Amino acid sequence: MASLDRVKVLVLGDSGVGKSSLVHLLCQNQVLGNPSWTVGCSVDVRVQDYKEGTPDEKTYYIELWDVGGSVGSASSIKSTRAVFYNSVNGIILVHDLTNKKSSQNLYRWSLEALNKDSSPTGVIVSNGDYDREQFAENPVPLLLIGTKFDQIPETKRSEVLTRTAFLSEDFNAEEINLDCTNPRYLAAGTSNAVKLSRFFDKVRIPHQFLSLSLQMTGFTDRKRFNFKSLHYD
Amino acid sequence: MRQLFKDYEVRQYVVQVVFSITFAFSCTMFELIIFEILGALSSSSRYFHWKLNLYVILLVLIFVVPFYIGYFVVSNIRLLQRQRLLFACMVWFTFMYFFWKLGDPFPILSPKHGILSIEQLISRVGVIGVTLMALLSGFGAVNCPYTYMSYFLRNVTDSDILALERRLLQTMDMIVSKKKRIAMTRRQMYQRGEDQNKQTGFWGMIKSVTSTQTGSENLSLIQQEIDALEELSRQLFLETVDLQATKERIEYSKTFQGKYFNFLGYFFSIYCVWKIFMVKFWSQHISFILVGIIIVTSIRGLLITLTKFFYAISSSKSSNVIVLVLAQIMGMYFVSSVLLMRMSMPLEYRSIVTEVLGELQFNFYHRWFDVIFLVSALSSILFLYLAHKQAPEKHMAL
Repeated sequence: MASLDRVKVLVLGDSGVGKSSLVHLLCQNQVLGNPSWTVGCSVDVRVQDYKEGTPDEKTYYIELWDVGGSVGSASSIKSTRAVFYNSVNGIILVHDLTNKKSSQNLYRWSLEALNKDSSPTGVIVSNGDYDREQFAENPVPLLLIGTKFDQIPETKRSEVLTRTAFLSEDFNAEEINLDCTNPRYLAAGTSNAVKLSRFFDKVRIPHQFLSLSLQMTGFTDRKRFNFKSLHYD
Repeated sequence: MRQLFKDYEVRQYVVQVVFSITFAFSCTMFELIIFEILGALSSSSRYFHWKLNLYVILLVLIFVVPFYIGYFVVSNIRLLQRQRLLFACMVWFTFMYFFWKLGDPFPILSPKHGILSIEQLISRVGVIGVTLMALLSGFGAVNCPYTYMSYFLRNVTDSDILALERRLLQTMDMIVSKKKRIAMTRRQMYQRGEDQNKQTGFWGMIKSVTSTQTGSENLSLIQQEIDALEELSRQLFLETVDLQATKERIEYSKTFQGKYFNFLGYFFSIYCVWKIFMVKFWSQHISFILVGIIIVTSIRGLLITLTKFFYAISSSKSSNVIVLVLAQIMGMYFVSSVLLMRMSMPLEYRSIVTEVLGELQFNFYHRWFDVIFLVSALSSILFLYLAHKQAPEKHMAL
């Protein structure tokens, strides 16, 4: 795998919402037995097939960077965390469905990550306040995942789902609600699995689009050069 | 409360009520002391208010708060969810047992008091609270000069931080590439496994056994390397945070506010050192004013330290327990600070405190406080010295 094909997705959210369990589920297809507090950042790799069964089949490695901590951390922790936000291709925002505060904090999380994004087409944020228009034009694809779905009593489910629907509208992102201790939610063929693979396709698209358009021009050496220059660091 | 929990929810209403009550009555106690000195209100009403306040606080500290703490801790443990009340009562009785036993080794009572008298309860609460206060003020006396005096701040440059960050990112990249190798190997093994299943015969079986064995050995080797690298990345992350914090402290000390605190730090450090070494030598009135200042700043310091501590350990599960523990600590702290303040108050004001609190052996508390204060200060000096020595060595090893 050439280093040019790095696909990096951040997994952000408050402490204790279940990011580590989610990443483990996505990458190892197994439930995490003993979740413990994440210090710093933990990375895992998901193998994703694109166009399986066709001659164009390609295997991608998607790096999921699970950054620990809370929005209220000390500024020294925040500036250290910013190191991980460079050149991301996608962001997964995780919130706890039983804890409203964690959903509200997602605005601050996304601002923190997008502010530090060193992409040349990066989002311009002036005063740190949330602005819906930014997210509409945001080049970085977002995905909203709500965890601990099984812990919500039946009676409150519709209320919670309406709330998350508003949230996904605000972020201009798809949403998935699941329980990280149950792999059934992401089983092949479910709508959740479809949304997930659509998200990962969106994350990879800049690469494919570029390689596709450059192939059409037919200059192989120039292709390498252009590809490299667009992969900033 | 909002400040402490602006990132989490404290859903149970009763927890907030209990906390507020504890805080309110603790502050009332201090107000009463001030009234005492100023001579406001008539003395009989003051006496009445003292008694009332004391009863309520003791009731809350000994009965209500521990019970709720037990209740919430038990409901967090999934196994015992069914019979929460029963287990909570059991926890409370254990607490009461230890609480009672606490009184035995200390010479705090004269034999003429009954079992459930107020003096018994106060004496025990006082012992716990005094210990807590002495520990905190010993640590604070040492920590305050260490934090604020710029002499101790190590010199951190931007390039140090950048170098560390680069190392951190390199480590993360190495982890990523190793994980990719594992994923690829696993996938190949899986595919080969499928092909192997189609192979029949003797040689096919042998080939499948040997290839998977070397494959899995390889995997476990890489996994061990990954674990070591992940540990390294955590260490690097924490070191970077440490350096960033130090750099921010340096910048802060250059501002005007920083310089002001620096001066205060020098002043207080001299005072604390003096207090450590000359415990017996007090001039009554000066000491009262200074003790007042210390109490105010130590309350502020206590709340700030507790806030930081709670940011570190709070989560949505334990927020209720933490609020109650905070209420308990605060209540005990306030009760014992009243006991200790008697030590520094001029003679004419001591009478009402003595009257209200009964005939407790106050001298015992004073001596106990001094002992614990000395122990705590010395051990925190040792601890900070070790931490300070260790850090520049780590820094230079980069």
